[in-house]
Amino acid sequence: MKSSNKKWWAMWTVSTLLLIGYYAYAMTNGDESNFLPGPSSHGHYQIELACDTCHGEAFAGPEIMQKACVGCHSEELERVEDSHPRKKFTDPRNVDQLEQLDARYCVTCHNEHRIEITDETGVTLPSDFCLLCHQDIAEDRESHRDLEFNTCANSGCHNYHDNKALYEDFLVKHADEEATNGHAVLPERNLAAFINAISDRPLSSLMASDADMPNTVTQDDIVILSWSASAHARNGINCSACHMSSYVADDRWNKSPSEAVCKECHAKEQEGFLASRHGMRTAQEMSAMSPSFARLAMKQKSHEQSLSCHSCHDSHRYNTVEAAVEACIGCHDDKHTLAYKASPHYQLWQQELAGTLPEGSGVSCSSCHLPREIIRERGHQRTAVQHNQNDFLRPNEKMIRPVCLKCHGLGFTFNALADEALIEKNFTGKPEKTVASIEMALKRERTDKKKAN
Amino acid sequence: MKHIKTQLAVIGLAGISMALVGCNEEKTTAAAAPASVSPQKMADALFTVMEADRATYTQKVLKRLVKEEKLIKASEHWKDDKALPLPAQMFRMASERAAENSSDFSYSLISAWPINKQNEPKTAAEKEGVKFIEDNPGKRFYKEEKLGGTTYFTAIYPDVAVSSACSSCHNDHKDSPKTDFKVGDTMGGVVIRIPL
Ligand code: HEC
Repeated sequence: MKSSNKKWWAMWTVSTLLLIGYYAYAMTNGDESNFLPGPSSHGHYQIELACDTCHGEAFAGPEIMQKACVGCHSEELERVEDSHPRKKFTDPRNVDQLEQLDARYCVTCHNEHRIEITDETGVTLPSDFCLLCHQDIAEDRESHRDLEFNTCANSGCHNYHDNKALYEDFLVKHADEEATNGHAVLPERNLAAFINAISDRPLSSLMASDADMPNTVTQDDIVILSWSASAHARNGINCSACHMSSYVADDRWNKSPSEAVCKECHAKEQEGFLASRHGMRTAQEMSAMSPSFARLAMKQKSHEQSLSCHSCHDSHRYNTVEAAVEACIGCHDDKHTLAYKASPHYQLWQQELAGTLPEGSGVSCSSCHLPREIIRERGHQRTAVQHNQNDFLRPNEKMIRPVCLKCHGLGFTFNALADEALIEKNFTGKPEKTVASIEMALKRERTDKKKAN
Repeated sequence: MKHIKTQLAVIGLAGISMALVGCNEEKTTAAAAPASVSPQKMADALFTVMEADRATYTQKVLKRLVKEEKLIKASEHWKDDKALPLPAQMFRMASERAAENSSDFSYSLISAWPINKQNEPKTAAEKEGVKFIEDNPGKRFYKEEKLGGTTYFTAIYPDVAVSSACSSCHNDHKDSPKTDFKVGDTMGGVVIRIPL
């Protein structure tokens, strides 16, 4: 009896110690995958093992987690003038509503690690959640009487956060637009002018013979040729600007400068990159994102790559034409990507490259997914390329104002974005869906009794 | 404006610290009780600042630049239209900002005939109060109410159409359920809540 008892205790002790040891090892060695309560959403899975990023050091409470959400997402929410910001719900007069849906916390609707109920916008609530607060909408809107609550956000009409292109007066104002504005061009990129404006010595164009590497460095003719054809050389950025940048180290020659030097001139672009699906792991100081780790379809031959500025922008040449299309297609392998080269957008891109259309009239991958924005930086206005494609991706209504409306009318845009088959064909063809919202807004405008008399 | 905001902050802070002093007083049975401000006094003071702020914006900014100088428009979509925010929007933005910085009081603008449905009276005290200020022009309404386990001192002050700009804009707005507001009418109420 006694001895067998002892044996059991010994086994218990050993196995407990082993388990503790295993988890302690897992924790201290950064393999925290055992602690995941379930697979994470497509938005967060890349950084799901950086637990502290969202949960705080000691798995602190909801306020800490809320702070983490806001830490990464507040800028976008502010830019789109979030229709349901937390501050609208803290007033005690809303307590009843909060019992239905606690809109003070992002995780109420975006419950992480619940992949089985997560939709493509990261929402984990049933799609008719608007009902919880707006159940009596039909009393004010005759037109909404027969609509189901799961169509509010799914029909190109409303969005919980971003209604910048969806509010009624906006619909009315843009009701009569043509499908396409044939003369539209994207804003010209003007970083060189900006750098010139902020730097103390004006930059002038350089040639291969101007390359200023010290003579201790062996010259590589191909490198020099590539550089001399680049926008860097055209705008006076010499070898030393990156390879001897005092910004990152002492001013000795640095053979492989880190991407911190890119930031010196391209801060906004890098900021966007680090917030994007391409750079979010790097931002968390994890190993860089790689196509092999992607949930989207990626080309087999790209699997070895890891993402940095230089995966799309080849060093020395920094060819933006390649970065705008070929770099994307090099990895991405989904239907929308594969259909691009048969699309009217690509035709325009080719015509722009051939010089038969003015600059900015072509539509590359990056025209839509890394859109150009007019920003203010250090007191100057400039065109920046937004490298965070997440901000314009899903739900695709996010693209309406910053992207589609640059060239298309609102009605056409709604219909095209609602047509999934058309999106798959990369917009080759005409929209076969019709979004009713503009018509509804116009009808209300016409029947508005006050306007009539 | 800035000056008024500072005043608001000072009064708000004064109120808060007085409330805190009040709490201390309960716990310590000190001989000389420090002077404290009743919730009603605090609410009244807050309202004075809010109303002054709102009237100043309406008269010295909106009326001057929109009506007199015709330099700029006022619009509900002030960002898109590069225009000035409406008085009610200014009021709400400030109230949301205050709520981000303090939970010692909250305030909002409500009405029985709201353009924005969210501004409809919601709680029992709001419904009673809005009816009261409508039936008793010039009077204020005070009540304690319990919301989500917390008891609040709730004060409701009439919001009057001080100029034809108020009434005509509301009458013409397609979301307004009432189309015959006149100057001098009580159009809604300012609600101030102080947790007790
Ligand atoms: C140019 C148009 C305009 C003017 C002028 C205007 N309002 Fe409003 N008012 C609005 C709009 C629009 C709202 C709804 C704002 C929102 O989204 O909460 C509103 C909201 C309100 C509300 C809250 C209830 C509701 O209708 O949603 C009150 C009360 C109110 N206004 C009173 C006034 C008073 C008093 C004045 C004059 C000092 C005034 N308004 C001037 C357009 C106007």
